[in-house]
Amino acid sequence: MKIGIPKEIHPGEKRVATTPEAAEQIIKLGFSVLVESGAGLAANISDEAYKEVGVEIVDNAKTLWKSADIVMKVRAPEQHPELALDEIDMLSEGGRLISFIWPAQNDVLMQKLAAKNATVLAMDSVPRMSRAQKLDALSSMANIAGYRAVIEAAQHFGRFFTGQITAAGKIPPAKVLVIGAGVAGLAAIGTAKSMGAIVRAFDTRPEVKEQIESMDAEFLMLDFKEEGTGTGGYAKTMSKEFIEAEMALFARQAMEVDIIITTALIPGKPAPKLITEGMVKSMKPGSIIVDLAAEQGGNCALTEKDQVVVKHGVTIIGYSNLPSRLANQSSQLYATNLRHLLTELCPEKNGTINVNMDDEVIRGTTVIKEGKITWPPPPPKLSAAPAPQTEAPAYASVQEQKKSVVPDSIKQFIPLVIVGLALFGIGSVAPASFMTHFTVFVLACFIGYQVIWNVSASLHTPLMSVTNAISGIIVIGALVQVSAPDSNISILAGLAILIASINIAGGFLVTRRMLEMFRK
Amino acid sequence: MSQSLVTMSYIVATILFIFSLSGLSNQETARKGNYYGMLGMAIAIIATALSASVTSYAILIVALLIGGAIGARAALKVEMTQMPELVAIMHSLVGMAAVLVGYANFMDSSTNLVGVEKNIHEIEIYIGILIGAVTFSGSVIAFCKLSERISGKPMLLPGRHWLNLGLLVAAIVLGWMFLQQTENGGGSLPLWIMTGIALVFGIHMVMAIGGADMPVVVSMLNSYSGWAAAATGFMLSNDLLIVTGALVGSSGAILSYIMCRAMNRNFISVIAGGFGTGSGGEAAVIEGEVQPISADETAQLLLDAKNIMIIPGYGMAVAQAQHTVNEITKLLRDKGKKVGFGIHPVAGRMPGHMNVLLAEAKVPYDIVYEMDEINEDWAHVDVSIVIGANDIVNPSALDDPNSPIAGMPVLECWKGETTVVLKRSMASGYAGVGNPLFVLENTRMLFGDANATMQAVLKALKG
Repeated sequence: MKIGIPKEIHPGEKRVATTPEAAEQIIKLGFSVLVESGAGLAANISDEAYKEVGVEIVDNAKTLWKSADIVMKVRAPEQHPELALDEIDMLSEGGRLISFIWPAQNDVLMQKLAAKNATVLAMDSVPRMSRAQKLDALSSMANIAGYRAVIEAAQHFGRFFTGQITAAGKIPPAKVLVIGAGVAGLAAIGTAKSMGAIVRAFDTRPEVKEQIESMDAEFLMLDFKEEGTGTGGYAKTMSKEFIEAEMALFARQAMEVDIIITTALIPGKPAPKLITEGMVKSMKPGSIIVDLAAEQGGNCALTEKDQVVVKHGVTIIGYSNLPSRLANQSSQLYATNLRHLLTELCPEKNGTINVNMDDEVIRGTTVIKEGKITWPPPPPKLSAAPAPQTEAPAYASVQEQKKSVVPDSIKQFIPLVIVGLALFGIGSVAPASFMTHFTVFVLACFIGYQVIWNVSASLHTPLMSVTNAISGIIVIGALVQVSAPDSNISILAGLAILIASINIAGGFLVTRRMLEMFRK
Repeated sequence: MSQSLVTMSYIVATILFIFSLSGLSNQETARKGNYYGMLGMAIAIIATALSASVTSYAILIVALLIGGAIGARAALKVEMTQMPELVAIMHSLVGMAAVLVGYANFMDSSTNLVGVEKNIHEIEIYIGILIGAVTFSGSVIAFCKLSERISGKPMLLPGRHWLNLGLLVAAIVLGWMFLQQTENGGGSLPLWIMTGIALVFGIHMVMAIGGADMPVVVSMLNSYSGWAAAATGFMLSNDLLIVTGALVGSSGAILSYIMCRAMNRNFISVIAGGFGTGSGGEAAVIEGEVQPISADETAQLLLDAKNIMIIPGYGMAVAQAQHTVNEITKLLRDKGKKVGFGIHPVAGRMPGHMNVLLAEAKVPYDIVYEMDEINEDWAHVDVSIVIGANDIVNPSALDDPNSPIAGMPVLECWKGETTVVLKRSMASGYAGVGNPLFVLENTRMLFGDANATMQAVLKALKG
């Protein structure tokens, strides 16, 4: 099948849906790849680079859309600025499209695509499960956005991030507050931290506390009991009381920190308004707010989408295309996500795709199948939280029943009693000569017990080989018999000597060889 | 040489043997300990040879020389990966020598004991041969299993516990018959039959034990060979043999205990054989997908890490990868990284096997750690590399009560940042248990022969 990669037409979009590296892999899966001329230019990828790996370059968008069996894009289809045509209209009847779709927000688009009898896979609808991580484009893009958010903040911030003491005076470190510790939030925390800032972070989901602290940032606790975890590991809308407590916390922090990075999103809903105008006013002049939720309306009341505005002395950055600002990197990651999706779709590597609706990952990603809208998918079977172990208690009770026949305290004494009785039994019949040897035997066992416990575990193999050699002492038994008058006995004893001396020589020498190897 | 002088030499030899074992408590004194052992053995042999009871030297010297030459040759030629086999075959030799000495003693009619003393002496002969024969045949089977001449899978006969019990009862009955017949100077027939039964028992016992339990078996046979020597000592009224046998016997017993504890297994259940055949529910099925990684990516991961832990298993020995691993270790240490080795007590096929292999590859022993030393520190480890190990890094031992290896202490490498697992394929480990570690989010699988992939990583690190 032919896979077509058109040039992105959204204003300011610099990403491209495949890179030469990814295309090479896709071709190995049996597909052929077409790329619109100049598609990769904004991401610093030339047409020649594509050609080198066997990609066919197509001159105009129309031909590309028409000849491709599968179209892979970054942005959802929209009106083409030059051709005065909608991209959907160029999609062939019954065609296949893989891109970001945002089905919840784009009802009209969905209807149009369905009318085309198309099959559409939305990269924003990849289910959140460990198996699907490698095709989770939201995560890979969020990671870039988080990094870039800090870079944008640094660009507009008039000071250092890291603290220094110089001859010209002391430079205090910047204080950064990250709201929402999802993938983007964590990336922002990591970046800000590595630039030397003091980082604090807040999230409604208590389980991310550990993740935040693992990155050496401070987790701001809210003295309030409410679980913020929704389905699929995302956050949910919180109660009114919780939001009030949260806002009070932000108001206090706003006065103190230099940079706020907000990443709070609730799936399928407008972004929660967390930073009010009052809070912006209370911030120090020269402070920065980077609003990663600008696309969904912004977490800050004063955010303007795709704009950098200065209000009350605070710079508010509302770029919604942060991944596109690192076009090469984000194209690489996105292309890899797409390639993994194709690998899932084409398990036989024969260049045809099979939209297998029984596969949970593919089922979740597919929003339209052959003209039928299949979004939203049934709820995923497993969440990030571990399923409770229901079998464990049953198992434990079986164990208990088995044990209860004899109480443990009595059980412990049984072997001792048996050994004691056996010893007395021997003592009552054994002659004195035997008892002397027996005394020696028991004492030797105790010496052995004491000595061996001190042997280091790393020397257990040499211990075995040296005890092997030492147990060759049995040669003594053979030696005293070898001179017996009966020749049969001499032969048996001679044989025993031979065997035992193999042990002695072999054991000691191999131990020596091994010990020579142990070097500091 | 007078009898007192001989006895005195034996005391000196005994003390030297004790020093020899206590010398093994750490690497610095271990070599000296080995020389003490050699010295003790030399004194014991020379004293005995010069004693009044030895008069003909021809057989003695020839046998000593031939045996010594064979032993020395084996010791110098053996590969370190074959140590478990060598140890197992040497156990069998001790067992066989015990049997031979026992028979020789039985045939020797010069002892003139009477009454209870005579009975006890006969029982000593009987038990000495019994233990020797079990040790012999058990060790031979262990040797065959270790060298893969026969399959490592447990062979479980139906009603095997009853079979064992029957063999035991038969041995006791034969012992009684033996005692009765020796009154009249006979008794060789029950002795022969018992020897046969003991041989069958040894074979059956080790055949039923699975490959993962091999470290226990090897140390258990080590213990038996000691008890065989001690029984011979009783038979000959020789304290040196008794003491030495007891030392070796308890040494082997403690090793078996340590190995059982490291696998959270009951000694009886190991001996009874089989693995994972007990009751309990179905173990959780492992679901998820592995994330492969290439050698180049692994090298990059290592270069980015500060703290690296390597977990070797038997697979490293099989692939002979220890030398490459050492090269990588050296390279990384030169780059200022902290590299350590985490050794599980039952890694490999015998106690301490991994330590010997790493020592052979010249890995310094002070960066090789025991499980207990490092299991708390995984949170600080950036990258851990698992080479040819499986069950000893299986998280289900801790969190799945239905897993056959539940409760066994394991190296908790998944608590580190990233784990790279080297593996030939997705087959399960010796215990036949699936490993959820492979599908964890922070685990990457590097497929291929351990040595070849490590070579590739080394090349990438150098490149």
